[in-house]
Amino acid sequence: MGVWLKRHSWVVPYALLAPGMLWLILFYVYPGIQMFIASFWSGTLETGFTFSLDNYTNYTEAFDQFSPFYARSIVYAGAATLLTFLIAYPLAYTIATKGGSQKNLLLFLVVAPFFTSFLLRTIAWKIILSDSGLLLGPLKAIGLVPEEFRLLATPVAVISGITYNFLPFMTLPIYVAIEKVDGRLVEAAKDLYAGPWRPGGAVVGGLVGGVLAAVLGVIFNWSWPAMALVGGTAGALIGWFLVSESFIRVTFPLSLPGVFAGSLLTFIPAIGDYINAEFLGNPSTRMIGNVIQNKFLTQNDYPTAAALSFMLMAGVLAVVAVYARALGTEDVSTGRL
Amino acid sequence: MTAVPTRTPARPSGVGAQTRRLVDRYLLLVYTTLAVVYLLVPVALVILFSFNDPAGKSNVVWQGFTLKYWLHPFSVDGLPEAVGLSLLIAFLSTAIATTLGTLIALALVRYDFRLRRTSNLLIFLPMATPEIVLGASLLTMFVSIGSEPFFPLSAVTILIAHVMFNISFVVVTVRARLAGFPRHLEEAAMDLYANELQTFWKVTFPLILPGIIAAALLAFSLSIDDFVITNFTSGKSQTFPMFIYAKNRIGVPPQVNVIGTVIFLVAVGGVLITTVSSRRRR
Repeated sequence: MGVWLKRHSWVVPYALLAPGMLWLILFYVYPGIQMFIASFWSGTLETGFTFSLDNYTNYTEAFDQFSPFYARSIVYAGAATLLTFLIAYPLAYTIATKGGSQKNLLLFLVVAPFFTSFLLRTIAWKIILSDSGLLLGPLKAIGLVPEEFRLLATPVAVISGITYNFLPFMTLPIYVAIEKVDGRLVEAAKDLYAGPWRPGGAVVGGLVGGVLAAVLGVIFNWSWPAMALVGGTAGALIGWFLVSESFIRVTFPLSLPGVFAGSLLTFIPAIGDYINAEFLGNPSTRMIGNVIQNKFLTQNDYPTAAALSFMLMAGVLAVVAVYARALGTEDVSTGRL
Repeated sequence: MTAVPTRTPARPSGVGAQTRRLVDRYLLLVYTTLAVVYLLVPVALVILFSFNDPAGKSNVVWQGFTLKYWLHPFSVDGLPEAVGLSLLIAFLSTAIATTLGTLIALALVRYDFRLRRTSNLLIFLPMATPEIVLGASLLTMFVSIGSEPFFPLSAVTILIAHVMFNISFVVVTVRARLAGFPRHLEEAAMDLYANELQTFWKVTFPLILPGIIAAALLAFSLSIDDFVITNFTSGKSQTFPMFIYAKNRIGVPPQVNVIGTVIFLVAVGGVLITTVSSRRRR
């Protein structure tokens, strides 16, 4: 056997690959093709399905009817990705640059939520966001928030649920990227008179903060000028006091691959998610995932459901392809860990 | 975000500089603490409400402390079966996916071959596909085959799905550990007349074992917590997350929080043990 192997050593990698790859071909690639075929079906589960290319109308009809759900999914997933970035970046930065001997402990705390059930954590958000719950109860008691104000069953609740659930996916890749930044580059920048970044920091920070907060205001259906004012002020303060030239010229650009990887890892599960929308939202916050699961599992309308999933997958893969072209796939797959 | 320029020997003084120094020292620390609290509050609530004594079926308002659900964690119809099925599928899918994934990782790191790029792509794609699409396409395939063992949906179809989504995660975990592998140790073993198999079991395997264990832990936790893909591939069988989902409408019983807490503690314990033992090995 040893001799045979030596003569045909090219076989070895294929033999190692074969079982796992076969599994992926049979249960990932083939089902994908089967779903594509099913999107050209007509008929019902009872009468049986027939395939015809004329059924491309499945796509046009599904899109006409459900494009608002795609739009909403993109907006919610986009807003959640933005929020995870805003929360995760300072966190990852602190752990990477000031974590010291506590780094592993802090990283462990970041991923610790994954050890409790995703569904139970989302249900816990119901307890936090409910009308007289952990968050609004005290605020209403001291009169900071009007009695009729609510978060549960609003887009805010859905987006904050998604933000919470996928925050570690954003934090870890950014951490890895910042960790890799060579500290000597930062030192060199400071030697070359990189100091505090003002007033530029205040202007840029104010503008970025204002625009982001206004966008969130529009999505949340809160007063966007007020949001813009708060966000702009916060951004300007952060830009004035916290952002240094060495950060904006060295650390931040070098950490961008981590930001992109994290955005992808947050956006992909977020856009297909339907648990947050179902547990924390209301009928008018339904996302495309809710439609797909309802069509597949309740109505058994396989053709429409397959067309809907295929469009979702095509959209996501297009984003992924652009990303992979620009930055390669290694960053994403290692950043996830 | 970094502050305090260090270019001058004398520290800059004045209110601005002092604020910056204070902010640099404490603000990020305070922020990190707040972020960690934010991450852990829902986990704490899950644990806390396992001790709650709810008045009705809904367990979302704190009523009073009780230990009775901890003493009888399985006293809800269907819960023991659901937890049992989840554990069974998690063990089996971890074993299968870890074996298949480790073999793939070995091939990808150690050998040069023609289909490398394609293989890498095929590993990457399932991780870049939304879970709902993975589940939906498997369901479509199972239904269109329409015969045993794929249809009707059962524990077997859940297992097939879990192995599928776990393989990629195992590959990237093991591959990350293999990247810095000391190849000269294998060459030394071969020089000392060990054959390929002996070299593998006596040198390679013990060295990559920590990576394999990490991959298995990841696969296990992904499998036991999966809802979306399981929802599409389970038919009438019910796993623990499916049980929670089904109960969500009428109210999740506190026993579910007890099981959730136990899973959390076991997972944390598992991670601690592997970290400590890998440190000792070093």
